[in-house]
Amino acid sequence: MNTTTFRTDQEFFFDPQRCIGCHACEMACAECETNGQTAMIHVDYVDRFLTTQTSVQVCMHCEDPVCAKVCPADAITKDEFGIVHSANTARCIACSNCVQACPFGVPKKVEPLDLMMKCNMCYDRTSAGKKPMCATVCPSGALFYGTREQITRNRPKSSPVNTFRFGQQLVKTKVNIMMPKGATELIVDSE
Amino acid sequence: MFNTLNLRAAWIAAVATALLVISILVGSRNLTNFDPALVAYLFGCIFACFGIVYRYTVWLQRPPTWRYFARGWKLFFTGRTIAYGWELTKHFVVQFLGQKFIRNRSKARGYGHMLMAWGCLLAFAVTFPLVFGWIHFGLKPGGINTYEIFTFGFKVMEFPLHTVLAEIIFNALNWSAILVIVGVMIMMRRRLTHAGQIAIQTFEGDWLPLLLLLAISLTGLGISLDYKFMEGKAHQFMAITHAITVILFLLWMPFGKFYHIIQRPAQLGIAIYRRAGAEGPQAVCPHTKEEFDSQMHVDDVKAVAAELGFNYARKDGKSHIEYSPRGKRALLAKAHLKARQKAGSLFG
Repeated sequence: MNTTTFRTDQEFFFDPQRCIGCHACEMACAECETNGQTAMIHVDYVDRFLTTQTSVQVCMHCEDPVCAKVCPADAITKDEFGIVHSANTARCIACSNCVQACPFGVPKKVEPLDLMMKCNMCYDRTSAGKKPMCATVCPSGALFYGTREQITRNRPKSSPVNTFRFGQQLVKTKVNIMMPKGATELIVDSE
Repeated sequence: MFNTLNLRAAWIAAVATALLVISILVGSRNLTNFDPALVAYLFGCIFACFGIVYRYTVWLQRPPTWRYFARGWKLFFTGRTIAYGWELTKHFVVQFLGQKFIRNRSKARGYGHMLMAWGCLLAFAVTFPLVFGWIHFGLKPGGINTYEIFTFGFKVMEFPLHTVLAEIIFNALNWSAILVIVGVMIMMRRRLTHAGQIAIQTFEGDWLPLLLLLAISLTGLGISLDYKFMEGKAHQFMAITHAITVILFLLWMPFGKFYHIIQRPAQLGIAIYRRAGAEGPQAVCPHTKEEFDSQMHVDDVKAVAAELGFNYARKDGKSHIEYSPRGKRALLAKAHLKARQKAGSLFG
């Protein structure tokens, strides 16, 4: 309680193009007891009518989390390690503001519980120095948790990027997306 | 400290506190019915009143909170008061009194919380009017077998002593203490054994409130046990420790976990908001082509995000917020694919 061995030298890196849609991460995520055995990671078909491409999405843990800002109940907090935590169960009034405001489409409203839930980077594990469940089981390298040196060695043709542009809005995150070598930001604009 | 003082909130809190003091003076008939033994509790209540109203007012001034607060009352008073009143009543009974949403999270947690909540509400209903001098008891003149209850100085009922009814009324705080103790035991067990809770719980946020409730309940029960079975030998210790724990509870209420007791009724406004949203036009995601939320909510989130300095406006005139969560995830994956294609390799 109140003690942590969170490893600040380790980071989360994800690459949607490497997702093969196996759902192993979902199964692993549901093992996390802080979620009450509910999977928080999203695995989607990007556009099922046109392609079999799947994509994976974890919480990006924004530096300036809009989910926390638009929360009318002050239920979402960011800790000293930059982890944006799932809604405080005593405070969340289940308004879904965070669900609609998150540019990454991450928070989930769980109707019967009247509660927003989202990925907290497996805080039960990362606070004990372990890797998040999803990253330990991903067979294709779409999800990786480790040091910057490890990812540079493993993926020499890619650059980790944590800057996103959604329309006019610049968003910086704790989690990195693997982009082509030399890229500095990902622009998410019209379809 | 004074740099961060919210003057508007401080004024409103001061007015609310003054109104409470006036209502105590009037309700206790100029302190005639006030019990001097409870004076420490009274000052705790007055401080708690200022703190709670101050924090509530600061909280209401936040853009998302104010939008829901204003929208909720506006919806309630724009012609559908009966329908929304019914929605509120349903929500109050099922979710507040019944605490269904907490039981859905876990049965033990639901029942544990329900016992604590009912115990606390019963204790509040008894303690506050007693401390304010709004209620007092007395023997009916001309005998020793009948007790009278006065509210604001007016007699409201009388009951015979040494009956079941008398036991229920006199022991109301003991019943509430028993409810709270059982509830706290269930919640403590959960906090000691549930791995997920152990990982994220904090002492001040999760354990301190339980320990404080337990201390209040045990010392409160102790006062009764002392005079029934120990001839009042430990009365001073029990009375002082009980007063200290209760006053700590009152002083901490505006700052700590117990503030959710005050904040939580906002959920009732959300029930109206959601019903109004469901009855109005629905937003359709430009990517999935499916309805995903009420248009009112999407517009409100857009406005609140803009008020907070977030600008998701795109070149094509749309806002990123107009997409459903699934649509947003697809947009990101597509943008990533486009960047990879532009670089000449899908993987790297």
